[in-house]
Amino acid sequence: MRITCPLCGERDRREFYYKGHAVSLNRPEPDAGEEVWDNYVYLRDNPAGETRDLWYHEGGCGAWIEVTRNTVTHEITATQLVSEETS
Amino acid sequence: MDKLSALSPCSGLLPLTIGAAKVVEVEPGHLTSVAPYNRQHDKLSKAMKAVCGVAYPQANGLTRDGDTQAIWFGHAQAILVGPAADAGLAKHAALTDQSDAWAVVTLSGDAAEDVLARLVPVDVRLAHFAVGQAVRTQLMHLSVSLARVDEGTFQIMAFRSMAHTLVHDLKTAMEAVAARG
Repeated sequence: MRITCPLCGERDRREFYYKGHAVSLNRPEPDAGEEVWDNYVYLRDNPAGETRDLWYHEGGCGAWIEVTRNTVTHEITATQLVSEETS
Repeated sequence: MDKLSALSPCSGLLPLTIGAAKVVEVEPGHLTSVAPYNRQHDKLSKAMKAVCGVAYPQANGLTRDGDTQAIWFGHAQAILVGPAADAGLAKHAALTDQSDAWAVVTLSGDAAEDVLARLVPVDVRLAHFAVGQAVRTQLMHLSVSLARVDEGTFQIMAFRSMAHTLVHDLKTAMEAVAARG
């Protein structure tokens, strides 16, 4: 498996650490209510198709990367620096 | 009181020549991590050019002027090699003195690319990895900075605490390449 780091280019999967779904980029407001927080902390979709994950390029540039990939075909369709998304 | 003498990170381990590959330790001088503050990138680069002679490097690149290098060192980070960093740069970037914290070696010779091909998950052939390119990657299990400083020479930087492992991994690969003749 190869992941294209927006900074380093296409690299081997062994350079990356997997965090989980990119939901953690959309942290709710503190007063958003129990249901929203319950969803945020515990409930995850398990899609057959496109999903967004966070990967850390620990063996490379040290950037967090949001990877859009397809769980059925394993195709990676997009990668983006989290710092650019959140700045 | 005993007289203490300074030892370089690879002291007693290098130089090493096996087959057509050679590893030599480099005395880099000062090492300073330079991490630009938000929206200060251009000002920092101008200040570095004026004070040190080297601009802030592009991603996967390095800039150099004589013995001074500015090497891209990861996301929003470069390392200034050679002179002590001018305090004026602190206006634009977080500066961290990392002198003596890195083992710096060069790998050269006709077999250098073949040796790296056994260690590094990056295509280091000249057509894909030009002079002046500087990447962060792994050498076996080590996190390293790898740069091609001229056509036949790679510069490798690893944590000082991993100097023995760095030399061991290079030596093993050099022996394996040499054994193939």
